[in-house]
Amino acid sequence: MNTMTSRRSFLKMSGGLAGASVLPFLKTMPAAAQGSDTLVVVTGQTINSLDLHRTGTNRASYQVAVNCYDRLVSFGTKKAPGGGLSYDYEVIEPELAESWTVSEDGLTLTFKLKSNATFWDGSKVTAADVKWSFDRAVSVGGFPTVQMKAGGLMRPDQFEAVDDATFVITLDQPSKLAIPDLAVPVPFVINSTVAKANATSDDPWAMEYLHKTPAGSGAFKVARWSPGEQLVYDRNDDWVGGTLPAVKRVVVREVPSPSTRRALIERGDVQMSFDIPDKDAAELADIVDVYSTPIENCIHCLCPNMNFEPFQDADVRKAVAYAVPYEAIFQTAAYGRGAPLWGGDAEITDTAWPRKTQYYTDLDKAREHMAKSGYPDGFEVPLSISLDLASWMEPTALLIQENLAKIGIKAEIEKIPGANWRTAALVEKRLALHLENFGGWLNTPDYYFFWAYQHGHLFNSSNYMNQEVEDLVNATLHMAVDDPQYAPNIKRMFEIVLEDLPRIPLYQPALNVAANGSEGYEFWFHRQLDARPLVRS
Amino acid sequence: MAIANTYPRLRAAVSRIAQSIPVVAGVVVISFLLTRALPGDPAAYFAGAAADEASIQEVRVALGLDKPLIQQFFIYVGDLLQGDLGQSLSSGQAVAADLAKRLPASLELTLTALIVSCGLAIPLGILAATQPGSWIDHLCRVVVTAGVSLPTFFTGILLIYVFYYLLGIAPSPLGRLDFIYIEPDRITGFYLIDAAVAGDWETWFGALKQLVLPAVTLALFTLAPIARMTRAAMLTALSADFIRTAKAAGLTNRKVLYGYAFRNALLPVVTTLGMVFSFALGANVLVEKVFAWPGIGSYAVEALVVSDYAAVQGFVLAMALLFVLLNLIIDLAYTAIDPRIGFSSK
Repeated sequence: MNTMTSRRSFLKMSGGLAGASVLPFLKTMPAAAQGSDTLVVVTGQTINSLDLHRTGTNRASYQVAVNCYDRLVSFGTKKAPGGGLSYDYEVIEPELAESWTVSEDGLTLTFKLKSNATFWDGSKVTAADVKWSFDRAVSVGGFPTVQMKAGGLMRPDQFEAVDDATFVITLDQPSKLAIPDLAVPVPFVINSTVAKANATSDDPWAMEYLHKTPAGSGAFKVARWSPGEQLVYDRNDDWVGGTLPAVKRVVVREVPSPSTRRALIERGDVQMSFDIPDKDAAELADIVDVYSTPIENCIHCLCPNMNFEPFQDADVRKAVAYAVPYEAIFQTAAYGRGAPLWGGDAEITDTAWPRKTQYYTDLDKAREHMAKSGYPDGFEVPLSISLDLASWMEPTALLIQENLAKIGIKAEIEKIPGANWRTAALVEKRLALHLENFGGWLNTPDYYFFWAYQHGHLFNSSNYMNQEVEDLVNATLHMAVDDPQYAPNIKRMFEIVLEDLPRIPLYQPALNVAANGSEGYEFWFHRQLDARPLVRS
Repeated sequence: MAIANTYPRLRAAVSRIAQSIPVVAGVVVISFLLTRALPGDPAAYFAGAAADEASIQEVRVALGLDKPLIQQFFIYVGDLLQGDLGQSLSSGQAVAADLAKRLPASLELTLTALIVSCGLAIPLGILAATQPGSWIDHLCRVVVTAGVSLPTFFTGILLIYVFYYLLGIAPSPLGRLDFIYIEPDRITGFYLIDAAVAGDWETWFGALKQLVLPAVTLALFTLAPIARMTRAAMLTALSADFIRTAKAAGLTNRKVLYGYAFRNALLPVVTTLGMVFSFALGANVLVEKVFAWPGIGSYAVEALVVSDYAAVQGFVLAMALLFVLLNLIIDLAYTAIDPRIGFSSK
């Protein structure tokens, strides 16, 4: 849908979609009388594109790929820690694919498409559409291509449409990440007939067209999109990818001010406030339903950079780890939302990640390590934070600064503008001591290690390099979880990095969502709104 | 005014616009250079969460940021001459389309606020000047102090808390229209005007309801300089010789006050209005954030934060053009208010 939709055609369209009795946007209808058909969600983020594959599409826009498009497969549902539901990484469920088989050698994945799956324009979803969409994801470059690569999907020649209903993926090596990577938002299936009709020689993948006009088979269609204001979803009644959504229309309104969002949800004029600050979550918990789900495979870390001389000393890093006031940070910066990651057992008996480290706040121990180190008199170091993430980074940095001063490390807080942060912290990796918050979409420890502990990789902002970790990650990344080698390798990885401490885990953050008059919220690793399971209550 | 009089004024206006061309050209160059001097790498930012070196480079090439600066500049100017302001990365839309959508939202809010604030401030200032030391003078002082000392975001949140949260009189602070209305067909982009033209009074009232709180917030903020300036200018005018002469000649109080004193006091007030208008457009940002108003201020700030070059340049250019226009209008207003001021001589 483009932004120029005239009011008349819009009314006509919504009337045609769902009949005159529902979906009113009835001009005089009070909000309270909307009934169970419409759900209003407020969020502080802007949706800047309806096409995830486009360069410059921001995170908030990923929800369009989730709600308006289907993938071959999806994840199951489980009860989430902290209340409510969560996606289940362990269970793969069909979405467009009816069934699939994996060949003996693990290299060939064969998918059978649902025979009754149709795009919004009524045409059948075929394997050719899937192939075109996958070709697009691996060809356009940028984030989609990187994410596809994580599952071993790199080149168009790996995808084959055998017949209308059969789609085959050929892998270069067997990987446990291949099928889960098909359930992330990136490999969504586009109506290739419509897209090709709007492609040009300069724009073979119809980036300009799909940017404003989705063409999918998903549970919702975009009825209206005004960037910076709102996105309106209307239900696709012919959806076969899962259980048909209970609500007919979902309005996602952008409200930048957290105080305004809070007033709206407390008054009950909106049914959901998505991604609220930890502070509001803590204070609203008694008034409305608040879901605070610890984000899987995500850790807020303090990162000492190995390029900074004092941090090459293992005792200095340990001193810092013992000096961090974990509990105070968790209560002040996170308002107790999320999960603590300190004060655990030194002995590693399982492969759970994120996990509690063996470190805790003990200034005497920290001083001992400092005395043993090459820097008994301390040193000065800038502690860098991003202004975009100041809500948790600023209080955290202040608390760390205070305690570091007690062991002789003089940390000066350096605030870096958001636009500069990625370049400084992740690309140039030049920040001596900084806070970092990587979270992996695919929920296995090796995937986290691949990004955050392997040398030169984006989120290894500490410039950590350990040959054994390199080898262990390479060995386990595609290894099946039930391989006898897997668990010992993973435990060894944990041991090394928790001893070496290139990243000092602080806590596991939470995604907070407040609901007042809606139910069925489900947490997803992509941290965006999945409107499909929501119901009015 | 006679036609003979209108003609030179038109010619003067045209020459005024011609004079502003070098200014606008300067703004184009400076805004281009300044955006490039911003910290941060848009390619790294927009490559997304899991991008590696190679994909950042791909994005850089796609955005044309790998070319030398001078070449980027000529591409930008070339596009500009064709009326193409470029694509905003953060909103994903053409900058021209974004501005066309958001500028009316800001203008509608600012103009409404200024009308409200003039309606209060000017009478208040006049009354305070004619009765210095009276209770109305004190009231004027209190209002002015309060208006200046309360930051807009605070007033905004306070008004929402009282009128929306506690009393439930105000509508949900959800931007220009509640979601149950559909925006009126676009003619000017001002919802109040467009809805009125379409004769859709329900939408008109819907838009008005949404407008009240943010406009009052902004009006409280702009009240102070206008009231202050009106009072001071009126005091000066009232103590001038010609007022004494007029009084001595036995003219009515009313005629003296409005016909002579106020007309003379209007010049500084109009000047102040122009200044207030310009800073109100900037101060809008906070009001826009609190009331989810999709205006131009929050657009520019968001673009600036992520080094969205095209959007920032487009914003600066639009503002420059707006101020050229505003100055022209103010100058025209001067000559209308005070015939002694020759427009063409400037």
